[in-house]
Amino acid sequence: MNTNALVECRGLGKSFNGRIALQNVDLTLGRGKVIGLLGPNGSGKTTLIKILNGLLQPTTGTCAISGAMPGTYTKSIISYLPDKSYFADWMKVNDLLDMFEGFYMDFDRAKAETMCGYLGIHPTDRIKEMSKGTREKIQLILVMSRNAELYLLDEPIAGVDPAARDYILNTIINNYNEEGTILISTHLITDIEKILDEVVFLREGRVIRHEAVDDIRMREGKSIDELFKEDFRMVPIYEGGEMR
Amino acid sequence: MEWKIDDSRPIWPQIKEQLMRDIVAGKYPMGSPFPTVRDLAEDAKVNRNTMQRALSELENEGLVITNRTSGRTVTMDENLIKLTRGKIAKEKIVSFRQEMEDMGFTMEEIISLMRGSDSDVEKGE
Repeated sequence: MNTNALVECRGLGKSFNGRIALQNVDLTLGRGKVIGLLGPNGSGKTTLIKILNGLLQPTTGTCAISGAMPGTYTKSIISYLPDKSYFADWMKVNDLLDMFEGFYMDFDRAKAETMCGYLGIHPTDRIKEMSKGTREKIQLILVMSRNAELYLLDEPIAGVDPAARDYILNTIINNYNEEGTILISTHLITDIEKILDEVVFLREGRVIRHEAVDDIRMREGKSIDELFKEDFRMVPIYEGGEMR
Repeated sequence: MEWKIDDSRPIWPQIKEQLMRDIVAGKYPMGSPFPTVRDLAEDAKVNRNTMQRALSELENEGLVITNRTSGRTVTMDENLIKLTRGKIAKEKIVSFRQEMEDMGFTMEEIISLMRGSDSDVEKGE
């Protein structure tokens, strides 16, 4: 395997009780990049992210992060933002900071505290008393305050208002470790298009495209958003399933 | 600064062109310090690799100089700025002329329109 690559997947597949979520994924991701993992709902984005950080075992194939199979070591170099919040209601911001400090050697507590300060979040504030948007921002602050090699962000901008979206994107592009790579899954492409170096398109569990954004724009003369709509155009089915 | 990025073209050349225009317009005066990749990327809301690439191109063309100790500065070469200014103007004029000719204007009509002296063209007579 090419050990210079940060992520290396070969023939990766996953099925849940016979339903195929990922199949035959060959994917190599380099270092120091911002990469969009794009695909419609159910195309396998979350499954791929969960395999990369060791939360799911692949059914077939292998993957390596910085040359190592997902496990204890890879968890120490991957910073993961799940698609759901996992903080307990009783926790205060301080508890979260303690937790991250205890779990991750690469966590920069001072940075996280400064970023919370900008948002007017106090260390003694309770999670229970926060809005959904604030909770999501805190979770992102924690994840981006690590000096990780790989950031896996699962739908970081879904379900927040446009102003919060701007805040989140700024936080992402201004805070990642420059030698690290960010993989962002989303279906809100227009909002993140300008910050991406590369895109990976997933359809029905397969990688159908992996290219540099500027190469696509150069060759196709269109935005990634337009290309996405073409690649994933749905044909409406009329009454009785017959096409008119 | 206002950044205009068109969806149908790669991003880095568009950023480079905007920075070039700002340099020749004197928004970044000759010899003055140039903002960092990080600050520019944040302002334009693009990723740092994209901004880095645009700045490398400006360096290749000599408009921006990298000093080992003091970061980037705008060139002191007045002649280069003049040349660049002329080049940008020429590109603008070529595309403008093309657009006007596509609409059926002759060179003479275009010139008199620009002078604001030909009322016939405007009246459509």
